[in-house]
Amino acid sequence: MEKIYAHPESLRDISTHYCAGCGHGIAHKLVCQVIDELGIREKVIAIAPVGCAVLAYDYWDFDCTEAAHGRALAVATAMKRTRPQNIVFTYQGDGDLAAIGTSETIHAANRGENLTAIFINNAVYGMTGGQMAPTTLLGQKTATTILGREAKLQGYPLKISELLAQLPGVCYVERASLHSPAEIIKAKKAMKQAFANQIDNSGFSLVELLSPCPTYWGLSPVKSMAWIKDAMSKEFPLGRIK
Amino acid sequence: MAEDKRILMTGNEAIGEGAIRCGCGFYAGYPITPQNELTAYMAKNMPENNRVFIQAESELAAINMVFGASAAGVRAMTSSSSPGVSLKQEGISYLAGAELPAVIVNIMRGGPGLGNIAPSQSDYFQATKGGGHGDYHSMVLSPSSVEESYRLMFHAFDLADKYRGPVIILGDGMLGQMMEPLSLDPGEMRRYAKPWALTGCQDRKPNIIRSLLLKDGALEALNLKLQKKYQQAREKEQRWEEQFTGDAKVVLVAYGGMARIIKSVVRQLRQKSRKVGLIRPISLWPFPVQAFARLSGRKVKYLVVEMSYGQMVEDVRLAVNCAAPVEFLGRAGGAMPSEEEIISAINKIKI
Repeated sequence: MEKIYAHPESLRDISTHYCAGCGHGIAHKLVCQVIDELGIREKVIAIAPVGCAVLAYDYWDFDCTEAAHGRALAVATAMKRTRPQNIVFTYQGDGDLAAIGTSETIHAANRGENLTAIFINNAVYGMTGGQMAPTTLLGQKTATTILGREAKLQGYPLKISELLAQLPGVCYVERASLHSPAEIIKAKKAMKQAFANQIDNSGFSLVELLSPCPTYWGLSPVKSMAWIKDAMSKEFPLGRIK
Repeated sequence: MAEDKRILMTGNEAIGEGAIRCGCGFYAGYPITPQNELTAYMAKNMPENNRVFIQAESELAAINMVFGASAAGVRAMTSSSSPGVSLKQEGISYLAGAELPAVIVNIMRGGPGLGNIAPSQSDYFQATKGGGHGDYHSMVLSPSSVEESYRLMFHAFDLADKYRGPVIILGDGMLGQMMEPLSLDPGEMRRYAKPWALTGCQDRKPNIIRSLLLKDGALEALNLKLQKKYQQAREKEQRWEEQFTGDAKVVLVAYGGMARIIKSVVRQLRQKSRKVGLIRPISLWPFPVQAFARLSGRKVKYLVVEMSYGQMVEDVRLAVNCAAPVEFLGRAGGAMPSEEEIISAINKIKI
């Protein structure tokens, strides 16, 4: 019988620490599938963020480093410049990439660093207890917006992907989602493109993934998927941005 | 007569040349006075030597780029001046926690706050006592001349690789800006194997670089490992220069740019048969307590002179451990003690 699906080589066979219904498990697996399919596991260096995914290196069976909160793309910049033969990528949440690390993100992108960034947008700070993120939707209740995010007090959801798409050094930006099998297939394709761009020395690529956080959205895993489809993807439209 | 092969350089340039000659493969910096000549030197000379130079968008980015290059197994450095080095403290703590070698140059200026751009020694506490969060030390070296600025870079990178942690070169604006002749002798350069570096996991198990340790006891174990390294450094890496300590009744203690003025004072007073001597700490951490222990049986009195309001003097008092009087003279904020003030302070010491 032909084998059509297997556990990715790059993904360690350990049990998850993520909450039930969390999107990181799917995103971690997609990263590993793409790396295996491109045959680059032995060349990859991953930079884990600060946030729930700081422990990504427990799951990924390739070289990984931690970076201080928000600094992943600065760390990645130096790694790729000193070891251009390697494939260097960051995996960052919304607080990491679009709040405390906004400067590092914009300037790495603007320098056109030949890097791949996987950006997990789940509209909250997960690890610290569900506080407002730069990407929290208007009206969304969080630990620090208990009545819902209000534009005149907390500003608007930050569309960092659209911002980055303006920069000439950026070659590819796509927003995908993890809320259904069909969208997951599109997400994987986008991620593969972002890695392929680096292999081709094309410059900076970023894939944003809308990802569920049932725990801090106060929703069941199934309802979380529906909320991405019905609410989150209205604010953050899916598809190729650049 | 042998040909004099010495050339003229500023302290900032000599630091850059030393770094390049001892294999620094990565430099990131951000503009701040009075160390800009160093960044400019690296901007020109790193690419010419096939090394990587990046002008970072911030001090934070610069130190985190150093983290990345070091994690990739490359000798990496950054430089700045006081307010910029305050911003780098996050990254220095992470370098210590992740056990990554790096050299950080601080050409100190007046503080606190934005302060001014005049020479100062007011960042001694920050450099030697940790600076960022957590129980760690950076090793700290203090050059006192342009030639020593060049030579200490070899030692700094060696210590960084040997002990796998951050090493700080603590200079001041006077040293960075002034020009002196120096000979660019090839320094001793050891190469260290870096099996922990991230290079891609071909033919080996994946490497992980981290400072987050959540498992019960894991972070304590890291801290104990760091403390063991620090104890080894205390035993093996103390460096200092001394003059006339054999018969001195008053021993002056100063480091870096301040020690140059002290040397002039000692020379003048010796010509008048005054029994003064000098201890110049070169390693500020580990502090050269051995230099003071050697004089412990004698009735020596100390005068510590700094371009600060009393920072290194605390380490001298700890080293002397109340066995001898320790006086202090210091000025900062753009001022430095003059020869007259120093001689006057010596004259007040009853011997």
